Amino acid sequence: MAEIKTGEFMSASREAMQNPTLRQALRQVGGGFSEARLDAINEVGADVWEEWREEARRIKTHTLDHLDYYLEMLYDNVTRSGGQVHFAGDANQANEIVAEIARSRQVKLATKSKSMVSEELDLNRALAANGVEVFETDLGEYIIQLAEETPSHLVAPALHKTKEQVSELFHQKLGVPRTDDIEEMARVARATLRQKFLQADLGISGANFLVAETGALVIITNEGNGRLCTSAPRIHIGITGMEKVIPSMQDLAVFLRLLPRSATGQRLTSYVSMVTGPRRSEDEDGPEEFHLVLVDNGRSRLLADPDLREALYCIRCGACLNICPVYRKIGGHAYGWVYPGPIGAVVSPMLVGLKQAKDLPQASSLCGACREVCPIKINIPRMLLHLRHKLAESPDEAEKSASGAEGLAARGYTWLMSNPAALAAAGKLGRVAQKPFAGKGKIEKLPLPLVSQWSAARDLPALPGRTFREIWSQELRTELLSQPRISEPLTEMQPPNLPNASEVEDGAPGDPAAKD
Amino acid sequence: MVQSVEQPSQIQASLFVTCIVDQLYPRVGVSAVRVLRRLGVAVDFPADQTCCGQPLYNSGFTRQARRLAERTLRSFEESQYVVVPSGSCAAMLRVFYRELFAGYPEWEVAVERLADRVYEFSEFLVKVVGVTDVGATYPATATYHSGCHLLRELEVREEPVQLLKQVSELELSPLPQADTCCGFGGTFSVKYPHISEGMLEDKIGNVRATGAGTLVSCDMSCLMHIGGGLSRQGNPVAVRHIAEILDDQALDGSISDG
Repeated sequence: MAEIKTGEFMSASREAMQNPTLRQALRQVGGGFSEARLDAINEVGADVWEEWREEARRIKTHTLDHLDYYLEMLYDNVTRSGGQVHFAGDANQANEIVAEIARSRQVKLATKSKSMVSEELDLNRALAANGVEVFETDLGEYIIQLAEETPSHLVAPALHKTKEQVSELFHQKLGVPRTDDIEEMARVARATLRQKFLQADLGISGANFLVAETGALVIITNEGNGRLCTSAPRIHIGITGMEKVIPSMQDLAVFLRLLPRSATGQRLTSYVSMVTGPRRSEDEDGPEEFHLVLVDNGRSRLLADPDLREALYCIRCGACLNICPVYRKIGGHAYGWVYPGPIGAVVSPMLVGLKQAKDLPQASSLCGACREVCPIKINIPRMLLHLRHKLAESPDEAEKSASGAEGLAARGYTWLMSNPAALAAAGKLGRVAQKPFAGKGKIEKLPLPLVSQWSAARDLPALPGRTFREIWSQELRTELLSQPRISEPLTEMQPPNLPNASEVEDGAPGDPAAKD
Repeated sequence: MVQSVEQPSQIQASLFVTCIVDQLYPRVGVSAVRVLRRLGVAVDFPADQTCCGQPLYNSGFTRQARRLAERTLRSFEESQYVVVPSGSCAAMLRVFYRELFAGYPEWEVAVERLADRVYEFSEFLVKVVGVTDVGATYPATATYHSGCHLLRELEVREEPVQLLKQVSELELSPLPQADTCCGFGGTFSVKYPHISEGMLEDKIGNVRATGAGTLVSCDMSCLMHIGGGLSRQGNPVAVRHIAEILDDQALDGSISDG
């Protein structure tokens, strides 16, 4: 399985935010992908888009509610078309299945089309250990393979790299001259990879969808590398998560409309490849063998939890990453495992273990933008809350990992807020205690844990002289209901030790409150 | 000036002032009461209210959140309407209480009853009171920031803008990337201050790009965050809750409608 660094989220996210080239690269995410997506939706119209989302969600809900049934149907139909289906419980099993196929067929060279599941399994390393050289053939994946890095985005794996960095990488690793011409760089990669396509014994692909009623494996790409991987070598292994199955070809249609539009704003990707079994006698080309490896690797944990099951509806379009203000600040690597961004913050903890990924569900402002853009309407914030609940109160001690201080603070807060008299007393105490720190209605520094981190970049408001409930009981309550008159002007209602609005606001020009 | 209209049955609203307004920004609560009363709404304030429980709910402490939620449900049991000067706290009451009490059938009726009666302040003015022009004057150039919960949980997008557009002498300048979170997120801002600050930086940049002197929102929590950043940078943009803009008495303290 891929190395798990989810425990280093704090330091990794801090470093990411200080990395100027990453910031430059990330600036394009929000603009480029998100705007193209919006244009594509506007083209079909919001109502139609909504109908598609509902339909896709219905299909995914139904399929995952009857997953055993559809996996059996898929198994039957892949087998009937001459392919072999393998089930892998975990990453080691999956890697061993692929390695065994490679060993027994004397495979030396493999080409691979982009697959996040193979990243999850760290399949390339497992194959290298078995003497198989694997070449990534998606341009982005090829770049990060050369750089010995991992993907930082579900759709654009090398998104974190600037073109200058890629030029330097190609110069170092491939010995070609540096250039700032992106097309020239693509030509270099294509020339290198074309040889590999022709030499490879084994082609490995992922799958965007598996169609149960026909046994077809569907992949969508823009570079045509997927089709070469699945047709040129003598063996094709498709490897993917077991949740990728959908019932029928008719169901596929709506996903082919939603996925490219959500991912890159395209109406359709350049290539939609459907592979059903190995080459038949009448086919001109195609592999002699077709294997489908279906991976669990923790997915049944998601399936078994009714609050998290919908994470398996994800079609990996990356729209939630592109819209996420947190992802846009820290990029994909800070998340510490294969699946970044909002959906990754749900999936990763469930696949690698919540306890070692406890920052991921916490590091969200719960703004809800991810849910709004998700083509399957996955309620990501709700699942993040569910994971936070597990961290704070799970009966399973292995999952529960909120710090003792947090639990104490929560109990203290609950007690205070359950006792209005205590709250009032605490408020009075706070008003006295803040005096050394409060100046001009604001507090610049407060030597309290947590609060001091907040006040590093932001002023805090000072506690005003009276709370609202005091003002209410002293003045507002006694007014006749709905009489449009107030007993005193507001300025007199303000306590003597509290600055006027004008002082609080520091003389804002253009704001009339500052003028008096 | 808007006259308080004689109605056969007067609208009765209980104010859920929210803990942040109660403790830190009481002037916002005062303005909300004055605006509502001027529009003929009878306002009361159930004194045993405290916090809706959202900070606990968002941190995963659902048992304790439920305790505060039960308290809130009881406080507003009798209310005809519950008006909240915060999109986020209103969303807690209307949307997240349903999640919080899922599997607790004994609370179901109370939760649904509250959900039907609770409104964010600007939403209440437009949808229940039925006004967009409250007769306020506020000579300023302002830009409007929508809180994420107001936008995405309550789907209140147009109402605050409709109200602000009717304010005399208030010039509204649209905020670029208005749908992007300011980075507050409650405990998020103290647990991950570096990420929160990065998001805040972008928001402040967008606010400044409007050239507005006043930033208006329906949520004091967002405004505490953005305002705290602006103030630290010595930036003279003023932050105002929408109730303060609509309550033109807050301007100079005079009684403008007697």
